[in-house]
Amino acid sequence: MNISEFLLLTMLLLPVASALASFAADKNSALMRWLVFPLLGAGGAVAVCLGAYRLLHGGSQSFVFPAGLPWLHWHMLLDPLAGFFLLLIGIVTIAVSLFGPGYIREYEHGKHPLSALGLFTGLFVTGMLMVVVAADAFSFMVAWELMSVSSYFLVVYQHEHSANRRAGFIYLLMAEVGALCILLSFGVLAAFGGDFTFAAMQSAPLTLTWATVAFALGVVGFGMKAGLVPMHIWLPEAHPVAPSHISALMSGVMLKVAVYGFIRLTFGLIGHVHWAWGVALLIIASITALFGVLYALMQHDLKRLLAYHSVENIGIIFIGLGLSMVFYGTGNPVLGTLGLIAALYHTINHAMFKSLLFLGAGVVLQRSHERNLERMGGLLKRMPWTGLFFLIGCISISALPPFNGFVSEWLTFQTALQVPNLESGVLRSIIPIAAASLALTGALAAACFVKVYGIAFLGQARTRKVRHAREATRGMVLAQAWLALMCLLFGVFPTAVVGAMSHLTQSLTGHVLSTATAHGWLWLTPVSANTASYSAPLVFVGILLALSAWAGVYYFLKPAGRVKTVWRKAWSCGFGSLNSRMQYTATAFTMPIRRVFAPVWRLHEDDDRVMKKDLPLEPESIRYQVHAEDITWRSIYLPITRLLHAAARRVGLIQTGNLRHYLAYTFGTLILLLWIIT
Amino acid sequence: MMDWLLSLLELVVFVLLAPLFSAWVKRVKCWLQNRRSPSLLQPYRDLRRLFSKQVIMAEIASPVFRVTPYIIAGATLMAAAVVPFISVNLPTAAIADVIVLAGFFALARFFQALAGMDIGTAFGGMGSSREMTISALAEPAMLMAVFTLSMVASSTNLSIVIEHLMAQGLVLRPSLFFALLSLLLVGIAETGRIPVDNPATHLELTMIHEAMILEYSGRHLALIEWAVQLKLMIYAVLIANIFFPWGIATTDSMSAIAVGAGTLLVKLVLLGGVLAAGETLFAKMRLFRVSTFLVLALTLALIGLLSHIILEVG
Repeated sequence: MNISEFLLLTMLLLPVASALASFAADKNSALMRWLVFPLLGAGGAVAVCLGAYRLLHGGSQSFVFPAGLPWLHWHMLLDPLAGFFLLLIGIVTIAVSLFGPGYIREYEHGKHPLSALGLFTGLFVTGMLMVVVAADAFSFMVAWELMSVSSYFLVVYQHEHSANRRAGFIYLLMAEVGALCILLSFGVLAAFGGDFTFAAMQSAPLTLTWATVAFALGVVGFGMKAGLVPMHIWLPEAHPVAPSHISALMSGVMLKVAVYGFIRLTFGLIGHVHWAWGVALLIIASITALFGVLYALMQHDLKRLLAYHSVENIGIIFIGLGLSMVFYGTGNPVLGTLGLIAALYHTINHAMFKSLLFLGAGVVLQRSHERNLERMGGLLKRMPWTGLFFLIGCISISALPPFNGFVSEWLTFQTALQVPNLESGVLRSIIPIAAASLALTGALAAACFVKVYGIAFLGQARTRKVRHAREATRGMVLAQAWLALMCLLFGVFPTAVVGAMSHLTQSLTGHVLSTATAHGWLWLTPVSANTASYSAPLVFVGILLALSAWAGVYYFLKPAGRVKTVWRKAWSCGFGSLNSRMQYTATAFTMPIRRVFAPVWRLHEDDDRVMKKDLPLEPESIRYQVHAEDITWRSIYLPITRLLHAAARRVGLIQTGNLRHYLAYTFGTLILLLWIIT
Repeated sequence: MMDWLLSLLELVVFVLLAPLFSAWVKRVKCWLQNRRSPSLLQPYRDLRRLFSKQVIMAEIASPVFRVTPYIIAGATLMAAAVVPFISVNLPTAAIADVIVLAGFFALARFFQALAGMDIGTAFGGMGSSREMTISALAEPAMLMAVFTLSMVASSTNLSIVIEHLMAQGLVLRPSLFFALLSLLLVGIAETGRIPVDNPATHLELTMIHEAMILEYSGRHLALIEWAVQLKLMIYAVLIANIFFPWGIATTDSMSAIAVGAGTLLVKLVLLGGVLAAGETLFAKMRLFRVSTFLVLALTLALIGLLSHIILEVG
């Protein structure tokens, strides 16, 4: 057993050990803090080391473990792509293992056993790590199911609420339908390749039709897990009800595992990418991004809002992938590589800032027991550290320089701007429209996060519980600090990150984007220095310099005597003091946007007015609520359910309950089979 | 090294001239409306006065409120550093391209809107809400307009775009015409001028930008005011230098810079006159008409982009 085999096994077994250790935690909840989560974190740390080493040094190593079916041992493969995703899973797992001990305190005296939480968390992480290193269809599917099923149990952890059970059911149903599609897709490849190992599937001679079938099944299967519209429907249901550190893992990591599966299938196994697939993906992805952000704007539940933002960001990632496929398919492999890098960069960025935001939402939820934005307010003063890190998360996800979200969107824009290299006029006009929807998405996301941060963390507290919320424990703050630091580092040193992906793109597509890092660590020049350059370190230093320059201007201009800042009550138009009910609400904040994009949602407005008796036009009290129903429910899912019900009723006709009829069915089937055989 | 010094010098001039440009627009506006105009130095006096005044802070203000003026001014300063001013091909222009420029504005706006919500007054929230709605439509329009230019020059670096357009000479391109129209509309919306917003009023039903900064005073207000003037100047210089690049200095020689400064001055004087004339001719729109205005800008930009891709490539 060599060192990397040992490390690989350690990485997979540490979360399993953490899962097993949690059985003892029911009796002694301190074990959760001192054993279960540290083991999980150690697994994450090993994953980071293993992944980073493989990513930076390239090369691939395959392993065969004598487990699984007798004729098909488990194959594992460590290549740079797997390394990249191990790194991603590891970073978030470390954060979660720091955050968990503080967060589960409120479950310690609850009615649900901690062992269930620890067990399924461990298995969930193992499943995700194993999906990434699996190198045959069988172990991939085992790991995939381990990931799906254990996360189902985490979603329904607090199963006394019917909403949680419903969310869990929808999640499990969609996860299984998706898994079926993935299995079929692998089946197509294996049928031509002759074997279920990825190596055999990779060399399968596919006709374009069968390759398209495998790709389409892959899009549905992985898209269902990742949350491409209209298959996103489980996300806003499942993310809000899971414990927050699990939401961070599900949204930050599990969706990325689906992205991994898609990249492995399309670029690794199918290999010959057709440009038309890219166009189809680009259209779906643009719709996903816009749909996600527009629905996020209408949410009042903080975690539900973040779930819709995951849909949006998955859309952005797939826009990058779609661009990459269009460029590959039309014979521009270097630009294809650029698109792939943009997508992967956004993948890891989203993992970091979305996990950060979910952890922040977890702190708010635990400390104030409030998920509704309309009842928060003023949290920055109550929890300064969480407030600061949440702000960093908001800036990152809104794609503002110099944080990480900006870099990946910038790279995606740069890819889209290379359309003049394409021959076809249709392609040349589709891509700018995708870029326009990306720009619109980014701007709307910024609006949404101004709403989130402004309503929840600024202003005055709207309820008593929020007014008395306290800062999180040290571990929880540390977890957020770790992710916030990552957001900053990945934003300020993009050239290093892009450079680190050279082995990855080399092994996956055979091309390296050498121009991007050609001008040293300061400059990121994706195509050439003349086409575009971005120096994130200089921008960062520049902003700091600019801040000090303005401070200098102030000291230069200020009068001789020192003038002290005085603190007074806010101006209230002379009507006495302001109270928290006078603040803008989240509903009010998005009202202009609601008017501009009205046809997108199905809005349920609830407007109760009680008029004054003597002044019939003057309302005495107004109560206004608005709820945006997801249009895909009514237009896609309800018809499908109705269809299924109708089909079930038709099939039910033959279920007469009479024994003789069943015997006749058996006889008929037997005759049919005999006839077929002869 | 000389390059860096020169660009720093240009940046200082840029920042110092920004209040003057606002004053010039105001003066032309006054002329057109038969009013007596204040001195061209009035904005400087106002800034000086605000810097020396006491800051009155609302009791519930959070640290976000206090750092916001510095971040707005800092991000706008970075934006000014990126835009070629008197001479093209400066090293600062390579730090950040036109997408980053949009990013700087977005960063400033993000904090501006947060600060508006920080005090918890209805005005602040109203301003932030309106500002973010308008920017949600204006930012994509701006990006699409500059993408048209980027595709024409196959670069997003502003210096290279300008050099490319200059090297081409006077070619009539439909795409550039649409991009110019779109960028004019976006510039009006983003800098809060009539007909989108009125910088001269504090009428609660119409104000957007002023509503967000209502709680600021003293040096904080001065920084924000200066940043607003700077932003107006950036848009003016951007339009002047990209669409009418003739005269901009391409070498470091003194004479080229003198010519560049002279022509830029003429361009800005004219552009300021156009802006003032527009503000006199049009009335402020209702808020919900603004979306139509901006969708028009976005459509124009997209038409520009598509007309470039379909008509001019290949």
